[in-house]
Amino acid sequence: MMNPKDNVATLLSDAEVGAVIVVTSADGSVVKEVEAARSIPFGHKVALARIGRNELVLKYGEVIGEATEPIEEGEHVHVHNVKSLRVRVETKT
Amino acid sequence: MSFLGYRRPDGSVGVRNHIAVISTVTCANEVASRIANQVEGAVSLTHSMGCGHYIFAPLRPLAGLGKNPNVAAILVVGLGCEVVSAKILAEEIAQSEKTVESIVIQEVGGTVKAIKQGVRIAKNMMREVSRLKRESFDLSSLTLGLECGGSDTTSGMAANPAVGKVADMVVKAGGTAILAETVELIGAEHVLARRAVNEKVAEKIVEVIRRMEERMVKSLNLPVDMIAPGNIEGGLSTLEEKSLGDSYKAGSSPIQGMLEYAEIPTRKGLFIMDEPGYDPESVTGIVAAGAQIVVFTTGRGTPLGSPVAPVIKITGNPRTYNTMKGNIDINASTIIEGKETIEGVSKRIYKKVLRVASGEKTKAEVLGHRELAIYWAWPIP
Repeated sequence: MMNPKDNVATLLSDAEVGAVIVVTSADGSVVKEVEAARSIPFGHKVALARIGRNELVLKYGEVIGEATEPIEEGEHVHVHNVKSLRVRVETKT
Repeated sequence: MSFLGYRRPDGSVGVRNHIAVISTVTCANEVASRIANQVEGAVSLTHSMGCGHYIFAPLRPLAGLGKNPNVAAILVVGLGCEVVSAKILAEEIAQSEKTVESIVIQEVGGTVKAIKQGVRIAKNMMREVSRLKRESFDLSSLTLGLECGGSDTTSGMAANPAVGKVADMVVKAGGTAILAETVELIGAEHVLARRAVNEKVAEKIVEVIRRMEERMVKSLNLPVDMIAPGNIEGGLSTLEEKSLGDSYKAGSSPIQGMLEYAEIPTRKGLFIMDEPGYDPESVTGIVAAGAQIVVFTTGRGTPLGSPVAPVIKITGNPRTYNTMKGNIDINASTIIEGKETIEGVSKRIYKKVLRVASGEKTKAEVLGHRELAIYWAWPIP
């Protein structure tokens, strides 16, 4: 977990379905434990709490996108349920 | 905290004591290289510019490299018909009050005479500057460059956050840090703008990052709103996530300004510089802006160095550390393996920075990596 505000954490190793993921903060202290709802690979993100549709996904304490469907705690958070909020058309003609 | 450096006439502090032999144009590269090769402690700064349509594009970066505090004295080698003449470049560098001399190949009578004269000048300079002794300075004299290359999923998780804390420590101690690579910041401009010291700086951050995006879309036709397949495979879901991970190595200090390529900051603190995503051009730009040391995070591993500044390599990828050990100074993969905290690794990097500032050589230096490339798409002033 990169920042206390985050609702996702990045996995430091692969997690199988049902595995208990120990979530730690930057200083190494244990924040909470979540159960993997499905297998999630190393480097991918897990939801630390329920994230509703259109709710913001936070990593590094900042918005990295919004949920395109409800995401349950322990779910894999990735391109299938998160989309970028960055709109480029505003600078284009 | 302090380090041992070399005092320069303008009050700046070098962590190395080079004689720089700078060619003004590609046509003078070979002469400059041969002069530097003959004199122990001299480095040649050669490049592919200086004439024709790149009018004045190399002036600021080359002058900046000469002005960098790691350089004790400078010999400029010109051909004689280029746009950025030896005289113009030498006068610009002389603002730093250091010893600057120049020779022009067409004036002295060709390669052999130019090399002979150049070696004599550089040799005398070296004997002079080798008498300088290191003295103790605090971190307010240090400018740290922050760069990443060959990024992977571990960069934003381990190496960049650890380097971010180091940048914070240097800035807190009164020093300066410069974050490079505008391309890697596309999608994080709103976050960076919020950290600007004032509205003007915030506007410039957004403007420069958008300008780079326009440039990339128009000239290179790159779909910058997409992230690479390898990024997605590695677990990155959005452009925001990728860019936030990249910008993480700048730490959390307020942003004092958005610099143009190779522009020297006039204050202390954290700065961003407009630069491309091409590592040698980025490192050259930060070093030309006065960074005495560059901290370089890499996922896949890269040997890149600089002729002027020591480059410290850090990887968060355990496999890269094992296969590229000869090129990597700091192993941050202990974070990924759960053996060490980000905090713990940042302290190791910080200590390394102080040791390198006091003279310890980086792996890139020991192996003789002195890559140099100049970015020319920046707006001509």
